[in-house]
Amino acid sequence: MTDVLTPVLTDNWGTERSWTLAAYEDQGGYAGLRKALELAPVDVVEVVKASNLRGRGGAGFPTGMKWGFIPQDNPNPKYLVVNADESEPGTCKDIPLMMASPHTLVEGVIISSYAIRANTAFIYVRGEVLHVVRRLQRAVQEAYLAGHLGKDIHGSGYDLDLIVHVGAGAYICGEETALLDSLEGRRGQPRLRPPFPAVAGLYASPTVINNVESIASVPSILDRGAEWFSAMGTEKSKGFGIFSLSGHVTNPGQFEAPLGITLRKLIELAGGMRDGHELKFWTPGGSSTPILTAEHLDIPLDFEGVASVGSMLGTRALQIFDETTCVVRAVLRWTEFYKHESCGKCTPCREGTWWLAQTLARLEQGNGSEADLDLLLDQCDNILGRSFCALGDGATSPISSSIAHFREEYLAHLTHGGCPFDRTASTIFPKVEAHA
Amino acid sequence: MTTTPEKSKETAPEKSDEVTLTIDGVEVSVPKNTLVIRAAERIGVQIPRFCDHPLLAPVGACRQCLVEIPDAGNGRGMPKPQASCTITVAEGMVVNTQATSPVADKAQQGQMEFLLINHPLDCPVCDKGGECPLQNQAMSNGRGETRFTESKRLYPKPINISAQVLLDRERCVLCARCTRFSEQIAGDPFITLIERGALQQVGIYEKEPFESYFSGNTIQICPVGALTSSSYRFRSRPFDLVSTPTVAEHDACGSAIRTDHRRGKVMRRLSGDDPEVNEEWITDKDRFAFSWSTLEDRLSYPMVRDSESGELRAASWPEAFVVAARGLAAAREAGGVGVLTGGRLTAEDSYAYSKFARVALGTNDIDFRARPHSAEEAEFLAAQVVLDGPGATPVTYADLEAARSVVLVGFEPEDEAGTVFLRLRKTARGRLLPIYSIAPFTSRGLHKMSGTLIPTRPGDEAAAIEALAHDGTVALDSGGLLLVGERLAAVPGALSAVAKLAATTGARVAWIPRRAGDRGAVETGALPNLLPGGRSVADASARVDLATAWGVEHLPETPGRDGDAIVAAAAAGELGGLVVGGVDPADLSDPALARQAIEQAGFVVALEVRESEVTRAADVVFPVAPVTDRTGTFVNWEGRVRQFGKVLHNPSSLPDLRVLAGIAEELGVSLGFRTPEQVWAEMTQVGPWDGERVSMSPGFETVAGSPSSTTGSLVLASWKQSIDDGRMQDGAEDMRATARRPVVLVGAATLADLGVTVGDVVTLTGPLGSVQLPVAVGDLADGTVWAPASSPGLSVRHLVGPAGSAVTLTGGSK
Repeated sequence: MTDVLTPVLTDNWGTERSWTLAAYEDQGGYAGLRKALELAPVDVVEVVKASNLRGRGGAGFPTGMKWGFIPQDNPNPKYLVVNADESEPGTCKDIPLMMASPHTLVEGVIISSYAIRANTAFIYVRGEVLHVVRRLQRAVQEAYLAGHLGKDIHGSGYDLDLIVHVGAGAYICGEETALLDSLEGRRGQPRLRPPFPAVAGLYASPTVINNVESIASVPSILDRGAEWFSAMGTEKSKGFGIFSLSGHVTNPGQFEAPLGITLRKLIELAGGMRDGHELKFWTPGGSSTPILTAEHLDIPLDFEGVASVGSMLGTRALQIFDETTCVVRAVLRWTEFYKHESCGKCTPCREGTWWLAQTLARLEQGNGSEADLDLLLDQCDNILGRSFCALGDGATSPISSSIAHFREEYLAHLTHGGCPFDRTASTIFPKVEAHA
Repeated sequence: MTTTPEKSKETAPEKSDEVTLTIDGVEVSVPKNTLVIRAAERIGVQIPRFCDHPLLAPVGACRQCLVEIPDAGNGRGMPKPQASCTITVAEGMVVNTQATSPVADKAQQGQMEFLLINHPLDCPVCDKGGECPLQNQAMSNGRGETRFTESKRLYPKPINISAQVLLDRERCVLCARCTRFSEQIAGDPFITLIERGALQQVGIYEKEPFESYFSGNTIQICPVGALTSSSYRFRSRPFDLVSTPTVAEHDACGSAIRTDHRRGKVMRRLSGDDPEVNEEWITDKDRFAFSWSTLEDRLSYPMVRDSESGELRAASWPEAFVVAARGLAAAREAGGVGVLTGGRLTAEDSYAYSKFARVALGTNDIDFRARPHSAEEAEFLAAQVVLDGPGATPVTYADLEAARSVVLVGFEPEDEAGTVFLRLRKTARGRLLPIYSIAPFTSRGLHKMSGTLIPTRPGDEAAAIEALAHDGTVALDSGGLLLVGERLAAVPGALSAVAKLAATTGARVAWIPRRAGDRGAVETGALPNLLPGGRSVADASARVDLATAWGVEHLPETPGRDGDAIVAAAAAGELGGLVVGGVDPADLSDPALARQAIEQAGFVVALEVRESEVTRAADVVFPVAPVTDRTGTFVNWEGRVRQFGKVLHNPSSLPDLRVLAGIAEELGVSLGFRTPEQVWAEMTQVGPWDGERVSMSPGFETVAGSPSSTTGSLVLASWKQSIDDGRMQDGAEDMRATARRPVVLVGAATLADLGVTVGDVVTLTGPLGSVQLPVAVGDLADGTVWAPASSPGLSVRHLVGPAGSAVTLTGGSK
């Protein structure tokens, strides 16, 4: 098993008080920073480009290329903003990482800021995770005290201030431009592009916005080299990533492995499906990626592989559902989430999710006709690609993909006069009498 | 160094600034940076839209205007439909709108369906029904039947977002036009979107109420019936209204408005669309203050004072003409007659008063300046303002946008000329136009224009103006504009300093009075030193020229008394009579003396719309037509002629000029006109003076500063705010409820000296008496306080004293 896993980011999670600077440095922490500071900033960008690291927030945009977009002749200050507003259903990689090893992120921030020549960096962290916020704040404080942050870092002449900003708990603030608005003290709603953040982002200045895991991967790349990193993974999806398995598997958790691993392998690593059950459907990367089924167990989990079956790698949030789960009910729950979290700026997402949730609720109760499925798909068609930001698109994924794979199950609700499933059977700890 | 002003670049696009694209198969060339939605309008394709507004920054929120772009100009297509309100044109771009693209059409229909799921179908009872962009576009770009069978979002209705503006949240389509207007145009971001998802709504903050002078524009640009005004809500249906293009009578901006009436009653007023003047915006005063002329005290028949009872009694028109003529003839012999006119008059009326004074009364004793004024100002108007000043290059709204710098002198645009304020703010926001203000403190308006204060105590303005000649920061040159307010007339030497500064720096001057009729009165010679068309009374050839045009033998030669002198002479019993039209004695330099003058004058003829202090004391009272009942012309501060149409047909409502013609005929003089059209024809025929212009006499020197510098007490800075106790705002009580709360503004040091904190009530005492007001702090210079000259129910001007008075402040009424 160990030959499959590649613990890098998760490697130190098991050590005693792994979140402290002492524990992190004992394991060789901040070596990447020292190596980076010996290079010119532009060379750091080159290393990251050479590693072929792609954004770990879901879209998979090459990180080094993003850094290269920062116009260095722009007289405004440059900013690095870390998107730590992880809040999509199923996605749970960044928060454990910041909980267990905040210094990995802090070190990544320093190296990345140095590369883009930012003297101020922000970590925008989801407000609900107070414990994580405290660990991050303490880690930043420790880094300042150790001279990793502040003025003239390790005699390099480079200055950096790192600010941990706590969001107020809105899914939309994970959208990068809404995050910037929120960080500036406004109401978080996505901005019109252009201008793109690389040109006019935070405070109308050049800004790089990266996911936690992307930035956290940078220290190891600097420490061990781009070749080491790009030796892992597949042809176009290099390196490792954290795969978060949740749901109906025996041992849910975080599995760090090279991109391209299959779900079959991951379920095996997680101890298999829960006893006596079989896989029904799963999300490859959070609730906004179209669901897949057991027939997709062997596709490589990299950007290209998942795209080839009509879904997206996303955040590698693998939510595993077995045959006890009503797909209509699961989709309704997700849709209610999108309805609740729609920021309201654009019509299709705001009104569409309001309508979708009601139509789905009706279908789940067995009210409606097969024509309602076409109505749902048509609503999705009027949202997908019509909304202001990608979050509206995401709201349609579970619906259209579930109808594609499980149309019969929707219809069963109508003929059955409601949900044909035993709801308690799908819970992780079903009551015994529920089986009766 | 001279640089080309940006504006001229914009108005004359180079060939290379044109971009050619294909929309629905039609090739069209438009200036670069044009939005696709507007380029489509060029070929006659209207793409449906809600959030898009040409005067607001693009937002792309409603998604109604989606189009298909198979080629973005680089050979590649856009994978998804694009919001045409946010995407700019590119060379070679191909755009397919709903007219040719099934994808775009379906996308638009889809958005429309979404918008309607939570929108109530209450069009039959909605004020917007019949003129509603949502209703119209749902018909043109939506499906006939809804597929939505579930529950709509509901709210209690309506809520007041101000006393004047109401919000029905369930009708709102969240396009954010209102909130963007308030932030981007008015600079009053007191409403914003709150909550999220379908429960997103327009909200207010209780500590910063939606009290904006421009709030009514949000109602007009609302594309649904979500925002309504308390004064029009449920009053009428759009298809019952008859619309007349008119001009706002509340200030000198000349804003184009539209007056809607139904069965003889004005129901509402809307902003017109005049890109050269007010664009699409008007002040709340222009919009809501229109019922002043139909209140119960409206005069509807002539009255004469009964010789036996001493009371006014109703009279027939012929009788009133005869009595007035007889009285004036006697008064003409007994010392002469003075003519006082006010700011509500049209240019035609002012011309009639001007001609009536010269021809029928044989005097130059006429003055339109129903406010503090000076001989210096009269010369300034004759030398710098009439016929647009020397060189005749009138300053226009477009010049405000093209200026290199603007200096406001004794002029608070937000309060005094709302449209000028909006244009200045637009330019300050768009290209960082430097705006300086010679004023006692940084007003909210100046702050919103990102302007710079040149701190000046009342009375010290002349010195501040003189200092600008050598100010390297302001660096006035021919690209500079000096915007001069009427308040400056009360500061000796200030207007001379302005004229001199303009001459030495090349900066151009615009005089921006407060009232709609003021500029017209200057042009038509309602002044003791000016005849119509800029002819100087003192210039014999000008007098002869006009006498010839008028067909009279000669015109009075001696320059007349100005308003103050007329009042003083009448009060002293030197004048035999007065003709007064549109004057409130309380506005004059010395209200008490003015009242005394009206009492003392042997014979007073009043021409007025509503009963007033003057009509109650007059010997003959003529009712005259308000702007709704007549055609006419206002000349705005630019010198732009703004003609307006008659809204209501009211045969017994006659304009001032017709009354004056009637009196003149009984005096044996023909004025030569009876209608506004005839006056206009005559004015055109008489034309402007093309001879030598007068210049200001050099004798006006700055007199020793403000009272504070001599007496050591505080000096009062003060002006009227936009919404106040003015009689032309009577009847618009909901609008008045949005007026700014009156406060006494002091500097931090004064506040500390008083030993009070912000919000405490203090007593302001001046020459006329005292008022108690809450105190607030601003960046006023030591020795200066500011209080609004007038506010609803409390007039500092009348209770304490005019601007420039020495005042005292005492703290602590707890």
